[in-house]
Amino acid sequence: MAHSAPFDPDIARDVITGLRHLPGATLPILHALQDRFGYVDAAVVPLIADALNLSRAEIHGVVTFYHHFRQAPAGTHVIQLCRAEACQSMGCRDLERHAETRLGVAMGNTRADGRATLEPVYCLGNCALSPAVMIDGELHGRVDAARFDDLIDALGLLP
Amino acid sequence: MSGRIFVPIDAAALSVGAGRVARAIVEEAAERGIALDLVRNGTRGMLWLEPLVEVETPAGRIAYGPVTPADVSGLFDADFLNGGAHTLSLGLTEEIPYFKRQERLTFARCGIVDPLSLEDYRAHGGWKGLETALGLTGAEIVEQVTQSGLRGRGGAGFPTGIKWRTVLNAPADQKYVVCNADEGDSGTFADRMLMEGDPYALIEGMAIAAVAVGATLGFVYIRSEYPHAFRTFGAAIERATEAGLIGASILGTGPAFHLEARLGAGAYICGEETSLLESLEGKRGLVRFKPPLPAVEGLFGKPTIVNNLVSLATVPVIFEKGWEAYRDFGMGRSRGTLPIQLAGNVKRGGLIERAFGITLRELIEDYGQGTASGRPFRAVQVGGPLGAYFPDALLDTPLDYEAFAAVKGMLGHGGVVVFDDQVDLAEQAKFAMEFCAEESCGKCTPCRIGSTRGAEVIEKIIAGEERSKNLVLLDDLCTLMLDGSLCALGGLTPYPVLSALTHFPDDFDRSAAAPARAAE
Repeated sequence: MAHSAPFDPDIARDVITGLRHLPGATLPILHALQDRFGYVDAAVVPLIADALNLSRAEIHGVVTFYHHFRQAPAGTHVIQLCRAEACQSMGCRDLERHAETRLGVAMGNTRADGRATLEPVYCLGNCALSPAVMIDGELHGRVDAARFDDLIDALGLLP
Repeated sequence: MSGRIFVPIDAAALSVGAGRVARAIVEEAAERGIALDLVRNGTRGMLWLEPLVEVETPAGRIAYGPVTPADVSGLFDADFLNGGAHTLSLGLTEEIPYFKRQERLTFARCGIVDPLSLEDYRAHGGWKGLETALGLTGAEIVEQVTQSGLRGRGGAGFPTGIKWRTVLNAPADQKYVVCNADEGDSGTFADRMLMEGDPYALIEGMAIAAVAVGATLGFVYIRSEYPHAFRTFGAAIERATEAGLIGASILGTGPAFHLEARLGAGAYICGEETSLLESLEGKRGLVRFKPPLPAVEGLFGKPTIVNNLVSLATVPVIFEKGWEAYRDFGMGRSRGTLPIQLAGNVKRGGLIERAFGITLRELIEDYGQGTASGRPFRAVQVGGPLGAYFPDALLDTPLDYEAFAAVKGMLGHGGVVVFDDQVDLAEQAKFAMEFCAEESCGKCTPCRIGSTRGAEVIEKIIAGEERSKNLVLLDDLCTLMLDGSLCALGGLTPYPVLSALTHFPDDFDRSAAAPARAAE
């Protein structure tokens, strides 16, 4: 996201060392690395495996199992549209098509200029104020097409 | 000097501008030279009124809503800080029928207190249940939870006391209490609301569970889609630990209990208890075979209580008011109250805590006031993505575990999602299979392969390809998934599919659909 540092194996090693004592440390370590660098670089897999005395396959398996962990940097802004039932009942399927057109990127992809990533999410826990959207970690409710345009315009993402 | 003023800091309230409203109020007060005592509370749960601003007056708290930043100056002109009349005034908050006609036990403090204030928590009955429990033996605590009739609020409805007894009787050098706050069901937000509005209630409930079974370590597994709740709850753990309420000794006199919040990583399956334990252990969230039950061999192979957040947060009130008082709410074998989350295409969505027995019709028509779109009601899905779709004819079903089972549905975590007449139930059935395919952990074949085949078959039915043959195939596949899946994901995905087929057959037959819909 917006303020991620470039990947640095020395910093990654420090992050891992600081958390390896936790019981079941894999997820806390992966979260800390992704918070730091914006994604989980493939180079951390052997580092974590070494630190936790696990196989590389096990760590790779964890990274790829969970939707939250990215294996490549996201765009400057991450826009997550809820696709679950409560939002469906309020027209999120139409909102998704609108968002793809306005942002100029297909769902699940990062725009060519690297400024926006559009992703699906299944429930943001804002189901009484659907459709829900999360932008850079901030939740928005009752997002119709006009409100969506306002939100992305505020980030300078409209053409 | 006026009383306190409340602007929610709940994520749902923030999502419709509560943060901007709070800033506007602070700025306007500064401009007018008025000293403010601003509290950022949780939400009362009347989400259609958010941002809901409340002011404290000698008569009680008066509500204004929904407030926008543009309304703020006018509110000051109307002397709203002293409860002045204004078009947005809703009168006394607790007299608003939506709120007044609730039975708030688990959510008694939510929206009222400052979520992180330990003084507020204690002033509103906090820690009383835990103090009572500390004077009892483990067996006595377990017995009272059993007698209260509390059943798992995550969806399975298993008696909480029985689960605790198994952990109590399992000898071990280490036991754990794990809270399942991986609230992945669409239509549900009770866990999030409680973590953001009354987090100490969960800490107190987990401490009681720990005392009961002799656990010294607890984990709260919070989904990564809830960053705001994770931050609030983390702060609550920190403050409770610093104040000596948990940590080396519970309330300074009891045994040790250390609590840690852990973040999930976007896997729906981790709401299944054994998958959640795998995830806490740092592994992929693969479902485990049962037995052994987590109560016997749970986290790191040790006896573990795994309970839903709402179950655990309900435990303090059982000891504060007495198990008899709790048991006296409800119907049949569904005792106590259920925090219902009314969501989707509904005019007045929010959290409604009521004793079991309220009907879907009362919820949707009285509380919800019909659809948000104003179009006719067509279907309601109860219990998340694995819950059944019901038509109007089943709206008189009371919310009760057994009554729902009798109509081939389930209450799940209490999410009620309303749809208007624009919904296509064949599309919804296909989505149920696609969602299962997306979120399946892959361990068992009925779920892993069945969900993909299910989506394909439904697509063929919709396209009119060998309809009658494919309908038989779908029915057969659903039976296999119901009977042969390892956990509730594959095992319950047929619920939305079969209920859609049973109650809305026209949607699966495009040629018949047009005239049938017109006749409605």
